[in-house]
Amino acid sequence: MSIYFTKEHEWVKVKEGIGAVGISEHAAHELGDVTFVELPKVGAVVKQFGVLGAIESVKAASDIYAPISGKVVKVNEALDDAPEIVNESAEDAGWMAWIEIADESELKNLMTREQYDEFLKNI
Amino acid sequence: MEELKSTPIRGRHEALKALMAPFGGWNMPIQYEGIIAEHTWCREQAALFDICHMGEFIFQGDFQSGGLEDVFTFSVKSIPVGRSRYGFLLNEQGGIIDDLIVFRLAGDKVMVVVNAATADNDFSVIRSRLTGGTFTNISAETGKLDIQGPLSRAVMTTAFGEQIASIPYFKFITMNILGVEAIVSRTGYTGELGYEIFIPAVKVGELWDLLLTDDRVKPAGLGARDVLRLEVGYSLYGSDIDEATTPLEAGLEGFVNFDKSFVGKEALLRQKEQGVPRKKVAFEVAGRRSPRHHYEICFSGETVGSVTSGVFSPMLGIGIGIGFVTPEAAVIGAPITIRHERISMEATVCELPFYRGGSLRS
Repeated sequence: MSIYFTKEHEWVKVKEGIGAVGISEHAAHELGDVTFVELPKVGAVVKQFGVLGAIESVKAASDIYAPISGKVVKVNEALDDAPEIVNESAEDAGWMAWIEIADESELKNLMTREQYDEFLKNI
Repeated sequence: MEELKSTPIRGRHEALKALMAPFGGWNMPIQYEGIIAEHTWCREQAALFDICHMGEFIFQGDFQSGGLEDVFTFSVKSIPVGRSRYGFLLNEQGGIIDDLIVFRLAGDKVMVVVNAATADNDFSVIRSRLTGGTFTNISAETGKLDIQGPLSRAVMTTAFGEQIASIPYFKFITMNILGVEAIVSRTGYTGELGYEIFIPAVKVGELWDLLLTDDRVKPAGLGARDVLRLEVGYSLYGSDIDEATTPLEAGLEGFVNFDKSFVGKEALLRQKEQGVPRKKVAFEVAGRRSPRHHYEICFSGETVGSVTSGVFSPMLGIGIGIGFVTPEAAVIGAPITIRHERISMEATVCELPFYRGGSLRS
């Protein structure tokens, strides 16, 4: 399964037209203890790099941007009561939403794992 | 921009891989393993804080003829030797120049403990109001560590003997620690049983190391300290109170003695008569969102004030905050809305403290 990253530190894993979306381990580490995740509504239509939700830690609050356009088909409700899952497993169990991808060609606007690792070295 | 100051044990924080950040002109440890883990350790065990950035002054002389008696909102001469008292240094308008604690060391001697960012200004303001005695800034050569948490008494008696066990709240003893004279005070900023230890700066590292050899003790940073103090409703100078805020507006009248004279008294009496234009409120959010400094407070569709402190409370599992609002919204139970850009959260004005389960007086 391929994973792609945004410059705002979201990731998307693509499988059979569905993109699972979350924030990177780097972003979760920078935020520190995550205390709240605002999830999108199932059925919401989002645009690439448009606001998807929000995340808060003891230190900061930030918006989460959609790495890809499409319709939200599932959200990770476990994060409502246990947002710390994002700290424990940002790039796996800490996923936030599944998006039915509208246009896979948008993936070219994102970074591969190697490109993202390189990007992190320069910020 | 002045260069950041460091405490004597910065190297130890760096060795522990603490996240360091500027606070009040100092390069301070914000967190070690994580803010919530350190917060919870303090509520359940014992946490050790480097508080060397705070300021300490010594006044020696006659309190009345030296002018000290009229400097603060409380009487210095009525503090018994071996006790301390919290209150304010005000400007002529009744605004809070600083909140501080005075320790009565002897019949003619006190130690004044003030916030880091305000220390230099406090020293010159107090000095300008004195008419006698000697007044010395001992901040640079004085170290301070706080140990806070339900197990702190057991830790301290293990390290320094049974005499620690009998110190009541807001009392202190002077004793020999590591071969030097130190002050151990039953005070703190967390709502837990705990001690503030004042010791010469050259010995702080040794004391830090000694206390951390006890498995019940872990270091905690200023991030956890801020969550702990807000859960019990303590004000943070520079956020909740400042020179434009009076103790009456901040709900801190209990620390003002109107039976004595002090700078700012006339302004406060006028404000008592006319009523305060805004009041401090505490509020609980319906949910896990955190209110933050500068977020707007709305009541009945109108903006009535703003948030001065806010955080997610790990003990309560909800967002909590303090803010200042116009008096009509400062009613326990009032439904308010906290707003900032896309963020909106429903909240209810409540009483302080938010968290009542602390070991403070145990």
